[in-house]
Amino acid sequence: MTPKIEFRGVNHVFDGFTALGEVDLTIGDGEFVTVVGPSGCGKSTLLNAAAGLLTPSGGEVRVDGDLVRGPSPQRGVIFQQYALFPWMSVRKNVEFGLKVAGVSAGERRRTAERFIDLVGLGDFADALPKTLSGGMKQRCAIARAYAVDPSVLLMDEPFGALDALTRVQLQDRLLDTWSRERRTVMFITHDVDEAVYLANRVVVMAARPGRIHKVIDVGLPYPRTEEMRLSPEFAELRREVWLSVYHQEGSPQ
Amino acid sequence: MRLLTLVSGLLGLGVWVLLSVSGIQGFPGPIEVGERFVSLVADGTLPADLLASLRRVFTGFALGVLLAVPAGFLMGWYPAVRGLFEPWLQFFRMVPPLAIIPLAIVLLGIDETPKVFVIFLASFLSSVVSTFQGVVSVDNTLINAARVLGAGDRRIFTGVVVPASTPFILVGMRIGLGASWATVVAAELIAAQQGLGYRMQQAQLYYDLPTIFVSLVVIGLVGLAMDRALLLAERRLTGWQERR
Repeated sequence: MTPKIEFRGVNHVFDGFTALGEVDLTIGDGEFVTVVGPSGCGKSTLLNAAAGLLTPSGGEVRVDGDLVRGPSPQRGVIFQQYALFPWMSVRKNVEFGLKVAGVSAGERRRTAERFIDLVGLGDFADALPKTLSGGMKQRCAIARAYAVDPSVLLMDEPFGALDALTRVQLQDRLLDTWSRERRTVMFITHDVDEAVYLANRVVVMAARPGRIHKVIDVGLPYPRTEEMRLSPEFAELRREVWLSVYHQEGSPQ
Repeated sequence: MRLLTLVSGLLGLGVWVLLSVSGIQGFPGPIEVGERFVSLVADGTLPADLLASLRRVFTGFALGVLLAVPAGFLMGWYPAVRGLFEPWLQFFRMVPPLAIIPLAIVLLGIDETPKVFVIFLASFLSSVVSTFQGVVSVDNTLINAARVLGAGDRRIFTGVVVPASTPFILVGMRIGLGASWATVVAAELIAAQQGLGYRMQQAQLYYDLPTIFVSLVVIGLVGLAMDRALLLAERRLTGWQERR
């Protein structure tokens, strides 16, 4: 698999506190990698470094071999707080990145329409964010990230603020979107179930200092189904991830 | 709610009538004041006074807001500008605009300029502070969201910072308009040849209580109307906000 995102010796210190020790991680092209770990393990720091929203104290992040120097529409980011522009309709939100890129109005509308439909918000294209539920807001944010055609999607606990039911629905919808519009995904979560259900590979991090504790391959094929979620194989993987998140005293590999 | 407003109005009138019949020397009742209102409108005094006051308010207020919005944006966007201006802003905020009147009259003469100037000051000070607060409190996640979609500084400013701070600016404008209105009347009490404040001051010399009452009621109602108008504009422009 060709490498898409490479973290090389990435570390980060702020206010004398080592948020991130040395992290080396390679994410392959088209891979869906979830990163899970206790709070303070630096998983968001790692994602922000890839997004270019944060410059690490040391080391480097490369995407497609190019050094990350700042944010770029090539790397779409989805935030936990949705970060929709509240004064814009769903459609305008989705069109924002295209407008910045100088895409013509007609083209913008067509592209936006396509991704709004892809996330199932067709009936709400002209609605303001305040009228949407949390799950719908996040779907709009996903459409907005997709619209600029990024090669990488960085998702920072995108479903963290949602209730368990909506969360499961959005996981399926995300996988469905991803299977049709395949991108390399780095997905941060603190939910073990979610980490296993979505990923090719689960990266478990440890805190103080933030570092990679273990990488677990999820052998399950896509599309993932409810039966898979309830299968013994899934339970076994979940157990493995759970233990390495909550019982990290054991020697890291 | 509407009924309560009506009841509240009637109760107020009742208190007024009670006060007027309680025998306070020269205290006019609603009917006397109403008659005076009609005669002041008929002879053109009230419209002329109202127009004079309103012209001062709108000139000063418009100038104040026009300068305050860019100034507030600069202060919010560039920490250096903020550092240089904020101490002075806070200083002048502590000086009531009315306290500037003696100085303004000495320096600017007794015509329209000093009055418009103090109104300008009143509206500028309240609008600049809220604009700058608005810029400073723009959610960082929104700015990051725009950046990762490829937006540069200019686009972030016009596309994110300006709309996100509109609610703050409008609140500042409302406070500014209230302050302007209060200031104009007081300024006219001190030095004017026309205006609602001037009329009251004249009436005071002649012990003409009904005219004072007419002026007071008009000042209150016009101020209320202006505030409502801005509130409506605010609702219309910032309807996208999530309100609790």
